[in-house]
Amino acid sequence: MIGEFLKVEGLTKVFPPARGGAPLTVFEDVHFAIRRGEFVCIIGHSGCGKSTILNILAGLDEATTGVVVMDGREVSGPSLDRGVVFQGHALMPWLSAYSNVEFAVRSRWPEWNRGKIAAHCRQYLELVGLTGSEHKKPAELSGGMKQRVGIARAFAIQPKMLLLDEPFGALDALTRGLIQDELLKICAPTHQTVFMITHDVDEAMLLADKILLMSNGPRARIAEIVVNTLPRERTRSTLHKEPQYYAIRNHLVDFLMTRSKQYADGALPDHYDSRSPPVVTPGLGTHLASVHGYVGKIAGKPVLVNLRNTLN
Amino acid sequence: MSRPIGLRAALLSIALFALLIAVWHFATLPAEKAAVADSEYARLMGGKKSAGLPTPAQIGETIVKHVSDPLYDNGPNDKGIGIQLAYSMARVGAGFALAALLAIPLGFLIGMSPLVHRALNPFIQVLKPISPLAWMPLALYTIKDAPTSSIFVIFICSVWPMLLNTAHGVASVRREWLDVAKTLEVGALRRAFRVVLPAAAPTIVTGMRISMGIAWLVIVAAEMLVGGTGIGYFVWNEWNNLSLNNVIFAILTIGVVGMALDLMFGWLTRLVTYPE
Repeated sequence: MIGEFLKVEGLTKVFPPARGGAPLTVFEDVHFAIRRGEFVCIIGHSGCGKSTILNILAGLDEATTGVVVMDGREVSGPSLDRGVVFQGHALMPWLSAYSNVEFAVRSRWPEWNRGKIAAHCRQYLELVGLTGSEHKKPAELSGGMKQRVGIARAFAIQPKMLLLDEPFGALDALTRGLIQDELLKICAPTHQTVFMITHDVDEAMLLADKILLMSNGPRARIAEIVVNTLPRERTRSTLHKEPQYYAIRNHLVDFLMTRSKQYADGALPDHYDSRSPPVVTPGLGTHLASVHGYVGKIAGKPVLVNLRNTLN
Repeated sequence: MSRPIGLRAALLSIALFALLIAVWHFATLPAEKAAVADSEYARLMGGKKSAGLPTPAQIGETIVKHVSDPLYDNGPNDKGIGIQLAYSMARVGAGFALAALLAIPLGFLIGMSPLVHRALNPFIQVLKPISPLAWMPLALYTIKDAPTSSIFVIFICSVWPMLLNTAHGVASVRREWLDVAKTLEVGALRRAFRVVLPAAAPTIVTGMRISMGIAWLVIVAAEMLVGGTGIGYFVWNEWNNLSLNNVIFAILTIGVVGMALDLMFGWLTRLVTYPE
């Protein structure tokens, strides 16, 4: 497809057999694409290989088969083009918040002088609201603040794409909400392309333009691609007042509660094609969908036009 | 009632010390009766001195005497305690530094490469349990120089804890920190110095601390064998002089210096330890 920034084609991961066991196919034939500036969340139960997919995108893991192409080039190994926010913040505990960000910035632009690096680091620490805590060590920061440093570190290298591995999983609900808002605030103006793993349906609905639903592993697949039909300028406080809110939420919860397992047991819908999983727009009729940019099927395949632009 | 535990512990220590001195004092009082009963023998032996262990007061005098003039040099068999300690410390320092120079880079290599780890492991397992003093004859024969041989013995005993701790520390650096370095395309050298070294530093310094403790134990024995100079030779020489005062003083000195070295590495450990 033209205009896709990231293309994932036929990704399969097989883990070598444990002693006396059979090889384990975690997921197979995973295809999806992400456009520039799109925020994509992936949801699925534990064991469906979400983290492995993210690690493959990051270049930290290798797929057994399949390719990942980003910006016209095949992904092979880690790169500064892709910033990663790790699940457990992964800050270096012997460095201050500032030095953790500085380490990344210096890696990205080794030719910069000290002053330029300092200004750049401060800018990103300010963006995540950490001004005043720059010189604290990670052990002196709360869980939410640690994850903020992790986000600042990933954003500061200005990657073409940001990969978030369930970044708010360990945080309490209040903190999570605050940081979600901040993430939206940072991503929206920069049109950052994001791929994020989450377990939280509401989080996905708040942040994502598109939600990939994975069936249960082993042999997990992308079962559906759900278009988030809520208006782009949504906030946590207005989210649940949108008319489509419950339609989308119910659709996602239904999937996680029942269909993810049925699909894993082989009950995939008719005409299921792993190369282009069904695209659904819960809460929108065909008419509304076309108004908002979802233009139905062309040659039997669902086609999506630039949803964000039409919604904005 | 609620005095801080540090103060109470200090008071208890002082009380125990006083008790120890008192027991020592009374145990070593000159046995008057025995001397009277066999005064003839005592006279033949050339004096009224008790033949038992020195009293605390005598040891106190010895300590004052040595500490007030630590650097005199009256020939090969009569040097101040400061000079003897300096010889021992120089040997320990040289052997330890050489060991660190080899063990830390090699430990890095072993920690980073499972292949090197497996290849070198049999050698390490065989060499590690050998008493460092068992190397002495071979060292004397090969090096043909007694003081250098004692440096070699210090080297060989210091190398193992540092090597194994460095390898362990490097091998157990958290994967996520290495992943961060990978995603930032950090080069091998920068990764070693900015990520692996600080991450493994507490384990490495602990290894150095263990090595230093062993080196200080071994130097005394090595110098007893090799002779000439050093605190170990001082102990042996004073034993030959039958000067138990000096022997006891040397034992105390070895303990105090060993404690000081350990405190130094303890302080270094705290410096590189990071809270998680």
